[in-house]
Amino acid sequence: MMAAMSATGLVATALPLAAINWHSTFFLLFAVLACVCAVAVVAADNVVRMALYLVLSLGATAGLFFLAGAEFVGAMQLMIYVGGTLVLLVFGVMLTAQAPFVSIKTAPGDRALAGIVGASLLAVLLLSAFSVEEWRKPAAGVVGEPTATPIGMALLGVRVDEPPAHAPAGVRSGYLLPFEIVSVHLLVVLVAAAYLARAKRRKTPRAIEVAASVEPPASVAAHAAIGREPAGRSGSVLVGGPR
Amino acid sequence: MISLIGSTPLGGGLFAMGLFTEPVSVAHYLVVGAILFTAGIACMAVKRNALGVLMGIELVLNGANVNFVAFASPYLQAEGSRGLGLDGQVIALFVILLAAAEAAVALAITLNFYNNHATVDVDRADDLKG
Amino acid sequence: MAEFLITTVGLSEWLAWTVTAVIAAVLVLNVIAGGALVFIWAERKIAGRIQDRLGPTRTGGRFGWLQSLADGLKLLAKEDLMPEGADGMLFRLAPYVSFCASFCAFIALPFAFDFIGCRLNVGVFFVVAVLGLEVFGVILAGYASASKWSLFGAMREAAQVVSYEVPLGMCVVVPVMLAGSMDMVTIAEKQAGWFTNWYLFHDPFTFVIFWVYVTCAVASVNRAPFDLAEAESELVAGFHTEYSGLRWSYFFMAEYGSMFLVSAMAAVLFMGGWNGPIPVASLLGLSEGTGDTANYFVRLLGMFNLLGKATLGVLVMMWVRWTLPRLRIDQVMTTCLKYCTPIAAAMFAGAMLWQLFLPGGLVPGLDRPAGEIREGWLEGPGGRGAAAPAASDEKVAQVISSQVNP
Repeated sequence: MMAAMSATGLVATALPLAAINWHSTFFLLFAVLACVCAVAVVAADNVVRMALYLVLSLGATAGLFFLAGAEFVGAMQLMIYVGGTLVLLVFGVMLTAQAPFVSIKTAPGDRALAGIVGASLLAVLLLSAFSVEEWRKPAAGVVGEPTATPIGMALLGVRVDEPPAHAPAGVRSGYLLPFEIVSVHLLVVLVAAAYLARAKRRKTPRAIEVAASVEPPASVAAHAAIGREPAGRSGSVLVGGPR
Repeated sequence: MISLIGSTPLGGGLFAMGLFTEPVSVAHYLVVGAILFTAGIACMAVKRNALGVLMGIELVLNGANVNFVAFASPYLQAEGSRGLGLDGQVIALFVILLAAAEAAVALAITLNFYNNHATVDVDRADDLKG
Repeated sequence: MAEFLITTVGLSEWLAWTVTAVIAAVLVLNVIAGGALVFIWAERKIAGRIQDRLGPTRTGGRFGWLQSLADGLKLLAKEDLMPEGADGMLFRLAPYVSFCASFCAFIALPFAFDFIGCRLNVGVFFVVAVLGLEVFGVILAGYASASKWSLFGAMREAAQVVSYEVPLGMCVVVPVMLAGSMDMVTIAEKQAGWFTNWYLFHDPFTFVIFWVYVTCAVASVNRAPFDLAEAESELVAGFHTEYSGLRWSYFFMAEYGSMFLVSAMAAVLFMGGWNGPIPVASLLGLSEGTGDTANYFVRLLGMFNLLGKATLGVLVMMWVRWTLPRLRIDQVMTTCLKYCTPIAAAMFAGAMLWQLFLPGGLVPGLDRPAGEIREGWLEGPGGRGAAAPAASDEKVAQVISSQVNP
């Protein structure tokens, strides 16, 4: 025990360990993870790896939400985004798992251009993020009330949270109408997605069937690698239809 | 562990900047949001895989969400400022829901595209070109 | 515990918190790993008995106690193979993704009133969301193995888990609605007292929905009869066909961890959590405030209650596994979409109406804790947990009226 204590003392003199702000440290951890994985999504070519990086990035962002005291939003993010990405991942595997299609490469020129444009956009965003004095002040660290119940009441149209300082006096709107609109919207989307993706009865065979029977996969792969070559002729063969 | 991090040059630099010791501010979150947003834009612009473009959209929406939550959080606000309050969090929720809806429709379109073209390369979607 | 380390042992604050966190993490890890060892042994014995044979008998005495330890040592010593053409990074990463998701969900699981990693305001939601992450490891493993059996298994798993999240979510929402909170501690507290207070016996609808939950939970952790992802009669070993050694055992531990977790969830949501069928502690006169030792004893008793219920759930899953034949994929989907989802939706509506019109239950005098909202905004400064429901109603009415007539 004494040895441990003295070791602790040594470390403590070497670095201001007691001064460590654990909230900031965890913030740093999650923030670095989110940013690195987001950049890795851009850099990766394999769609399954992209999906993995995306999930890690979204999960780290959920961690940031928890750190900001938005527990309900964080859990929602984990549930919906991660479930949504899961479906993305499955589609990625289904639609691109045949060997020639695993990675559809980007031209290096495009990549460089995107890098330059992205860097300038990032510079503008960072400048504006640091431009407001109030945003740069360190957090006061007021631990707020848990927000799940107020959010639920707000979605039902009743506000129980305290108004922000700049809010005008009087009635503050709840979110009953947006909530209903979003639910109808989700229903419409559900029907539409089911309609779009349903198995249609076709007069002509599907393109992938044509591709499988007529063209050997290698030539399709060659077309994919060249990029835009077969638009006219091969495209009409693939689509079929009454041309 | 922390002492290990602190002894490396990068960790020492971060210490000097006060990232480990100072409380975070809204601007920290804004930086993360900006990086996510930019990565998403780049992803949408660069990827030729339709699924990659979708992932870019998710990243963009996510970056926006980080900003909303940061402005809404009472924990992150400086002394005397209350931020957006609950509104920011509710809008973040709506963004998440609409992102899910958007992903569903986009995936259905991608599936149709794949059925017609036997690929998910968006550069091949030029049937309507005059 | 951190306070104890700071005041009595004299560690500095950050060290005390770190030590506490490490101890808690190691404890949970041991629950998963040690639990897996015991459960694997139990599963082999139960399977043996159900099939009219003995199961392991040699290693470690008459009952083969040490069989799973021996298996573990064998797995440690085995070579971790990776097939040619596999995606190396994803192949190595997949088992850890699975295991971490299973492990992470234990953060929000209350073992007793205070024995909880982190008391989250949205605990139930968090556990369900994190548990859904486990499937990622399975899909990555199936894709990265570069084997068609693995890919088939992974695709089946994805379809199954995505579908079963829907009825599972509906089942989980019912206790949340009855308790008025997503905090697992609060949900369990609301069911204190005799076993008639358990949400399982709250009304007929919750009784039915409990069985829907059991079905969906078994399906969401991939146990037979829903274990299509590793259907050994068709797919060799499904998603972990190409795995061996330690990486394979991570998948195994994740599976047993998730089984334990969904059973513990069932215990907390429907069977009173750490409250036993008979309130032994309060009959003995031990309650909050009797003293530290008594408190600790009550908590310990509660923990054994919860562990017992969860273990019972796991044993039932084993019983089901060795009794029912495996379903086909279309039967799995039919079970989910045509039976579980509509039944769960109808029972959800029924439970809601029951709560609205018969909040006291059919039998008067059972003294059931009424649903109430226990959040700070209703209780004023410093009144956490102290306000009576009547006061809350007043405050709500006041808030509503102030919104309607400004």
